[in-house]
Amino acid sequence: MKIRALMLAAALAGLGVTAVTAADEPQAVRQQLMKKVGQATGALSGIAKGEKPYDAEIVKASLATISETVKVFPDHFPAGSETGMETEASPKIWENMADFKAKAAKLGGDAEKILAELPADQAGVGAALGIIGKDCSSCHESYRIKKD
Amino acid sequence: MGRRARYLLSGLALLAIAGGGLAWWLTKPDRSDASQWEGLGDPDLSNGERVFWAGGCASCHAAPDTTDNGASDDSAADEKRLLLAGGRSLKSPFGTFYPPNISPDETAGIGTWTLAEFGDAMTRGVGRDGGHLYPSFPYGSYIRMTAKDVNDLWGFMQTLPKSGNTTPQHDLAFPYNIRPAIGVWKFFYLTDEPRARINTADTKLARGQYLVEGPGHCGECHTPRDALGGFEEARWLTGAPNPEGEGRIPDITPASKSVGGWSASDIASYLETGFTPDFDTVGGSMVEVQKNMAKLPASDRDAIAAYLKALPAL
Repeated sequence: MKIRALMLAAALAGLGVTAVTAADEPQAVRQQLMKKVGQATGALSGIAKGEKPYDAEIVKASLATISETVKVFPDHFPAGSETGMETEASPKIWENMADFKAKAAKLGGDAEKILAELPADQAGVGAALGIIGKDCSSCHESYRIKKD
Repeated sequence: MGRRARYLLSGLALLAIAGGGLAWWLTKPDRSDASQWEGLGDPDLSNGERVFWAGGCASCHAAPDTTDNGASDDSAADEKRLLLAGGRSLKSPFGTFYPPNISPDETAGIGTWTLAEFGDAMTRGVGRDGGHLYPSFPYGSYIRMTAKDVNDLWGFMQTLPKSGNTTPQHDLAFPYNIRPAIGVWKFFYLTDEPRARINTADTKLARGQYLVEGPGHCGECHTPRDALGGFEEARWLTGAPNPEGEGRIPDITPASKSVGGWSASDIASYLETGFTPDFDTVGGSMVEVQKNMAKLPASDRDAIAAYLKALPAL
């Protein structure tokens, strides 16, 4: 459905019709941001599991992506974006915005700390991933709801 | 709620017509045969700890957690989860349950209980005073546990720290606040039959079935319930509304849109690390469950995964 909406937006744009595209909505923006974090985490996980060789550049880039992305992530929860576009955001975010932001900041801070002392091998990446994963789930525990 | 209440009331009324005496006999608290808890010998404490994590005791009975910021001090967080002071709240459509203090404290906890009393609570839903316990305590799953596992768990729990905490009474709406009505629930739903038909000659699958259907009590959240709060048996593990609020508890059968495509090793790895195959992480109340599952031997997580993959796709 999302794809169809995007295709429609593209088609309309092609016709010279200006339309607010679905991709501009905060719900879609934050979904994209989380996807970026997921991809970065995936790159780290590949190394931690030994599926990919250790590569300092990839580790560095992935950690930077995580820390930069979660810095702006909580900015995309304005009033009015509580529902719609299959958002998995819990209403509790708006009730406890300070705590929600603190949890995002914790992940950002931890990613920066790890970046400053870059894990030097597969085991180091695994340990880093453990810290990052806990930060992710501690926020998902309170603030994400699953729809299916 | 309205519909549930009407169902329960009409159920009660029917039973009353059938005869109060018969109803009482059919629904009275039913202890197990005391001999079941005799001659089990000294508990194996390391197995007891394994059962403790498989059973998820800490998820409901540990003291409410107010300071967990996720990472850093794992050992302190672990220690807190071993203090079974009770008092978290468990919201449900029937009201709010407050899991009690089950630390070995002699007055506030269950320190002076006998193995038989503990075993009857675990597997029959009968309290020390002989009354029914609410099935929010998942004895409907624990009924499948072996006497040996119960004995080992009991032994392990004796080694945990004591807490003097007193927990609030359950806060339930009428008619759910009438304890004898639990007997009606048990009459209809309490069974030690297997939930799914799988090949139990395969020891790994059998172990997975034991963990999922017994101590792990996965079905308590992942299976939808009917109006009286019993499982819709034909929809075992196919997902349900989140009893604590918005959203859904996912379908975890092979037909699931979200996890049906995961391999057995994806499932095992998720239970160990909390990461999904697409590098999302565990969320909601599953976070606590995953922390428990991470403490099991890898073979147990593999067995759970194998069982889930072996379920019929509904």
